[in-house]
Amino acid sequence: MNILKFLISGIFLIYCFSSDLKAKNLEIEITKNLRCLICQGQSVYDSDSEFANSLKILVEKKLNEGLDEKQIYVYLKDKYGDWILYDPGFSKNTYFLWLLPILMFIFGGAIILRKVILKKKKL
Amino acid sequence: MKTKIFPIFLIFTFSIIFFVFYKGLQNTNIYTPEIKSEIKIPNFDTKEFFSKDKINSDQIFIGSDYYLLNIWASWCVPCKEEHKYLMDLSEKDNIKIIGQNYKDNFDNAKNFLINLDNPYDLIFLDNDGTIAIEWGAYGVPETFLIQNNKIIKKIIGPLDEKLLFEIKELTQ
Repeated sequence: MNILKFLISGIFLIYCFSSDLKAKNLEIEITKNLRCLICQGQSVYDSDSEFANSLKILVEKKLNEGLDEKQIYVYLKDKYGDWILYDPGFSKNTYFLWLLPILMFIFGGAIILRKVILKKKKL
Repeated sequence: MKTKIFPIFLIFTFSIIFFVFYKGLQNTNIYTPEIKSEIKIPNFDTKEFFSKDKINSDQIFIGSDYYLLNIWASWCVPCKEEHKYLMDLSEKDNIKIIGQNYKDNFDNAKNFLINLDNPYDLIFLDNDGTIAIEWGAYGVPETFLIQNNKIIKKIIGPLDEKLLFEIKELTQ
């Protein structure tokens, strides 16, 4: 009986620990995708500024309130704008940002294709 | 034909790149996003500074009066600089000054107010800085002018003569 009790409490502890770890991992993942606005070139996760520390607490609070990752991003975007996200969504402000690599790829491909065709014609 | 297009294209591309970077030189490297005017104020629970009574933001910002929310801390040097402007504004009757004590030690904050005088009609606590984030603030000092539960002006950094004048104009 004692062994059973021990086993059950052990499993319970492991379960608690792992779910806690999961929440912590999500928090880290979120704060890594947030830009610390007062320190240049650092994420909130990396920074130890007052602003970043408060933001970490807030993210934890919001997760406890039951908000998911996306909702937290939307919430912070409303307050601070797209700039706070390292991975900004597709909006009218970011068309250019997202489409530029594709355009460059197509354009580059076209140049190469033209060269190849020209070479073939010469041959 | 081929020889002509390529150099033109190259020059064109590089001049665009040059232009973009040259323009970028003149920008400040501290980025503050444009604020959408008339943001609704956040709702939060907090504690009153002196009595430590629980208080909700609904009980602080009531009706159509002008409110000036000032985020401050005793450890913040620019807050001392802007203090005289807050004192100046506290003499105006149609504007209520609300203080948000940011990550501060109570005794230090109290001494700050004793030494420099208290311009605030009400002060509430923000011990972990999360309320500042609800406001969309970056740090201390920061000031928001509020009317009808909407932020009509946001000031990042300390107040100065010019901003004081602007606030007075807006609250005429």
